[in-house]
Amino acid sequence: MNSGELLFWVRGTGLSIAVVIFTFGMLVRLLEIFMLGRRRNLAELRSNGIGAGLRTLIMRSIPPDRNSMRRSMVTVVAGYGFHIGLLVVIFLLAPHIQLFESLFGFGWPAISTPLVDLFAVVALISLIVLLWHRLTHPVVRYLSTPEDYLVWAASFLPLLSGYLAYHHLWLPYEWLLVTHILSVEFMLILFPFTKLAHAFTLFIARWYTGVIAGERGVET
Amino acid sequence: MSKATLERGVAILKEQINGPVAAYFSSCVHCGICAEACLFYTETGDPAYTPINKLEPMRRLWEQEYTLFGRLKKAIGLSQPVTDSELGEWSERVYDTCSLCGRCSMVCPVGNDISYMIRRIREGLAAAGHAPEGLVAASTRSVEIGSPMGLRLPALQAQARHIKESTGLDIPFDQEGAEYLVLLSSMEVINFPEYLQAIARIFKQAGKRWTLSSEAFEATNSGIQIGVSDIARELATRVVVAAEKLKVKTVISPECGHAYTAIRWEGPNLMGRRFPFKVQHILEVLDELRAAGLFKTEGMEDTRLTFHDPCQLVRKGGVIDQPRNLLNMVASDFVEMDDHGTMNWCCGAGGGVSAIEEAAGIKMKAFDRKKAQLEGLNVDTLVTACANCRIQLEEGLEENEMEIPVVGLTELLADHLVEDDSHD
Repeated sequence: MNSGELLFWVRGTGLSIAVVIFTFGMLVRLLEIFMLGRRRNLAELRSNGIGAGLRTLIMRSIPPDRNSMRRSMVTVVAGYGFHIGLLVVIFLLAPHIQLFESLFGFGWPAISTPLVDLFAVVALISLIVLLWHRLTHPVVRYLSTPEDYLVWAASFLPLLSGYLAYHHLWLPYEWLLVTHILSVEFMLILFPFTKLAHAFTLFIARWYTGVIAGERGVET
Repeated sequence: MSKATLERGVAILKEQINGPVAAYFSSCVHCGICAEACLFYTETGDPAYTPINKLEPMRRLWEQEYTLFGRLKKAIGLSQPVTDSELGEWSERVYDTCSLCGRCSMVCPVGNDISYMIRRIREGLAAAGHAPEGLVAASTRSVEIGSPMGLRLPALQAQARHIKESTGLDIPFDQEGAEYLVLLSSMEVINFPEYLQAIARIFKQAGKRWTLSSEAFEATNSGIQIGVSDIARELATRVVVAAEKLKVKTVISPECGHAYTAIRWEGPNLMGRRFPFKVQHILEVLDELRAAGLFKTEGMEDTRLTFHDPCQLVRKGGVIDQPRNLLNMVASDFVEMDDHGTMNWCCGAGGGVSAIEEAAGIKMKAFDRKKAQLEGLNVDTLVTACANCRIQLEEGLEENEMEIPVVGLTELLADHLVEDDSHD
């Protein structure tokens, strides 16, 4: 199989397989949570918790206070760098938007590619910092499992291969593109079975925590 | 209680897993930020005390029982079942080194309420027979005698007589139709009798009818600390039966943190029904009386003082502004600690830790956090609103040779009461 044929496969059949596994896998994951549910709170509530739930959904993206932030500076800064960089690259790079448009029939304006490039570099550097932190910080190293490193690699590869493809570095362009798309498909397939799923479930977690606290009159 | 076995522990633990727990385990990315919010980690540097790690057996059980992928792994023998020795090993992490303070739940970036899960994993450990002896003993005394410290009614009656003799104030028992049913913690009765006297004086001035119950005066609930819902329900039921019998409008939880959580938030859910009366913390009641102009004070404390928020009141109870409103009535130099309110650091002995003998050393180590908080503040007095915090604070200050008196807020307020006889 030459690179052209392989590119054709990963863009077609390969992508379909990955998207189907991702979609159904995540649906199952979410159902597993929702089916367990939560019993109604019989205590006299201070509020119905909905406002607090919505607040926590948003506010948990920000550290609660300066002291807590200072104590986890590396994680906070590199965490922001990675997530912001990643989201910009996924959703604001012109070729990605074209892909969404071809799949869903609508798109949105892109930002200039050199700017996206900068965000990609920020995301890549942040991921390297986070890996270093995972390997050296006593707590994070203690908590880490093989899955954590697998998920790190699954996040790093699409960014790196995309970056190399854009800059036409190292391998012929078509091979880089194949590698890039395959690595994304690999990540999509891993998504429902690993902690990558947090990208969706964290909203449920934040919602529950906010509501439970809000019912008691506590803002979290 | 049925016989403690691993099977029973696992079965109970399985029942504890609900939607929030599943969402939390699904979302944890092992970032380690919760460790930095936990004084048992920050003061020891031991990564095993990372809050989310305290839940590892429960996480695996969730994965094996409630996820498709986990069930597949279990079916082909790829997963590690929860063992008795593992639960035994986890006992120290779940009980001795967690005060259920809930600070980790405030900082988790994915929004996990970790202490909510610790409360639940304790149910499994207790059912498997891995609760610490001290907590088992306290729970047994609570069920059999009516108080975790073994305090009986005659001791309270003697204290009431003593107050009557020294102040002339009546301590009412079993008064049907009183507005308030006052609960106490054994620790208050034994160590801080000033509290009861303060209550009597304040209610007299406010012109409110209140009562104690000879059948249920104990507010603390070892059941929710050890994590045995059957015991927690039994203890809460005693209070509810007494309150209904006396037809009170409001049950007042004393200067104690977990007692409030027990009766205010867990009580109705343990019993499976709503209560026909209100439950308030004493600080809520006093703040309401203040707002209604029924609670008047005179004179100000001119010493520099700060307030230690009991965790269960701020992070689990929503009683945050009331102590500040009240302190400002009587203190001209009230300063806040660097982290206060919902971000306050625990005293180190809540959630049952103070009842665990083996935790005596680590709870003092954990106190170092409070010590560091106090050091920069230069206060003359430390005020709090929980008898358990108070004992730990006094012990910790003593141990560290820091001469800062610890005072209960209710007593401090009563010291400034405008005494008039208009309600006699």
